[in-house]
Amino acid sequence: MSEPLLEFRNVVKRFGGVTALDDFSMTLAPREILGLIGPNGSGKTTSFNVLTGIYGPSAGQVMFEGRDITGADPRAVYEAGIVRTFQRSRLCLSLSIYDNIMIGDTARLTRGLWSNLISRRGLEKQLDMTRRTARDLVATFSAELADRMDAPVGSLPMIERRRIEICRALISGPRLLLLDEPSAGMTHDETHQLMDDILAVRARGEGLSIIIVEHEMGVIERITDRCIVLSYGRKIAEGTYAEVAADSEVQNAYLGAD
Amino acid sequence: MAGALVVLGAGHYGWALLMAEETWQVVGLLALAGMATIAAYKTGFVRRVERDWAEAEPQLNRLAFAVLIGLILVLAGSHFALLMISTVLLYFIASLGLNIQFGFTGLVNFAGAAFFGAGAYTAAVLGAQALIPPLLILIAGGIVAMAISLPLLVPIVRTTGHYAAVVTIAFGVLFRTFLEVNEILGGPQGLMVESMKLPGWDFYNAPNLFGFETSFYLNYALMAAGLAALVFALFRRLERSWIGLHMDAVRLDETAAACFGISVRKTKILAFLLGNLILGVSGALYGMMISFIAPASFTFSDSLLLVSIVLLGGLGSPWGGVVAATIVVLLPEKLQLLQEYRFLLFSILVILVLLFRPEGLLPRHLRNFFPNRRTGA
Repeated sequence: MSEPLLEFRNVVKRFGGVTALDDFSMTLAPREILGLIGPNGSGKTTSFNVLTGIYGPSAGQVMFEGRDITGADPRAVYEAGIVRTFQRSRLCLSLSIYDNIMIGDTARLTRGLWSNLISRRGLEKQLDMTRRTARDLVATFSAELADRMDAPVGSLPMIERRRIEICRALISGPRLLLLDEPSAGMTHDETHQLMDDILAVRARGEGLSIIIVEHEMGVIERITDRCIVLSYGRKIAEGTYAEVAADSEVQNAYLGAD
Repeated sequence: MAGALVVLGAGHYGWALLMAEETWQVVGLLALAGMATIAAYKTGFVRRVERDWAEAEPQLNRLAFAVLIGLILVLAGSHFALLMISTVLLYFIASLGLNIQFGFTGLVNFAGAAFFGAGAYTAAVLGAQALIPPLLILIAGGIVAMAISLPLLVPIVRTTGHYAAVVTIAFGVLFRTFLEVNEILGGPQGLMVESMKLPGWDFYNAPNLFGFETSFYLNYALMAAGLAALVFALFRRLERSWIGLHMDAVRLDETAAACFGISVRKTKILAFLLGNLILGVSGALYGMMISFIAPASFTFSDSLLLVSIVLLGGLGSPWGGVVAATIVVLLPEKLQLLQEYRFLLFSILVILVLLFRPEGLLPRHLRNFFPNRRTGA
């Protein structure tokens, strides 16, 4: 097997007396889609937060593309090519769709005071380019939405906000996309539509890997190559969806025994 | 058309308000403003103004500046009116500094008057030496204000929300106490400030305007107008830049901002220092204009006044700042019986605005990076 894109090595995360992630190890291959499932509080979102640098792990190591990114700050993680969406959508509701998505592309945008305030020719070019990219990206999700790019995000329904959040994550051309419960607040059909759109974007680019945290088993079954089941911060099963779904421990802990 | 009408109307209204002497006249004018606002909303006039502004913003900005200069020239003989205009303009500039911190980045600064005062005291100390050209003293005022705010960066970067705000309150109180006990800076009695001087022209002199006798405040009013236009333009450019976008992102969701590569720390530091620089520059010119400063001019109440300008006008809204600065500076002067109750009045006003119009009198609009061209990206 080729070198993994991402690797968790015995990662532990404690909050006071609670162990949210307990000796968690896993690998992710390039281009792989991995499902992370388990009951509430089993450590799925915590693993995202440790990976994206929001929390430092209490012990263990996180490797990305052969580099140690343990405890790196969120900015460094973003620059390494890891982006995410949030369980409760975290968009800037008072800003336009354009603004929200362009926030996802900051690594490519000029930061100097002079080029932002005084000599703005370069900024104008970047703006045109980034807006075009943002609009094209949104158009793959919804042509209708792409016509209203100047609308404030707060005026949009949940599904559109999800789409925008995903576009914000994708605009920088990341290596790894972390989706934290994309179906929350959406209907079954909307979720499947959204997944198809994400896969369409993925098919265009090169080697985007995805880790998805999801309770909607239909989604997991359809799109993931492999699943990891967490319970109380520990990995209790790993394999294809069919394999883990057949596991008796998983059925007891999460899916519910028949 | 509607936009131009509003700008010209506002100029006339400002003139009338400045000329009004009797209480009933002032109250009448305020009632008129209230009714005109309601009528403008009912008839859809506001929409047309907004559309005009979106289509021809640079032209309307220039018109507004011309109207302001016109207003200053029309009132060139009146000490009081020019002093009022200059004070409104300088408070407006200061509020822009505060707006970069509070309105854009979400950093509440309750020590605005301290940084404004730092600029004024710098002008007093450096002006007395007569070594440095007064134009440079303005910049020095800003740099000193920025420099004394450096120690505050530690809590500003490490804490969020209310904690940082409390630290700035402490700083403001500390600043005033320091001035009061410091003999070199005049103690509680304060200091004289030398007037502004340009090469070959001392602002102490009243300019002669085509044979008309004018007030020496004309110098300051014109300079304050120029400075206001400059800071306004920079403020707008900051808002409409990637830095402005980063500031919004930091204010609205720090965690999400960090996850998309924005340095929360650098953004906050930049906003805080830039804001204090502007506060210091406006304070320096203010000190030169009123020519005498004391610690009592830069108290916690004055900081609250600056914050209330930002809140009343609308977070991040420069035009709102113009309206709010006018209300906050001019009303107590015009309605003498309110003078003693002015802080009560402003508190009530702020509470009313926050209750019924939480986005301020003239809420900020969506970002338009380059208003002087059609963006069909």
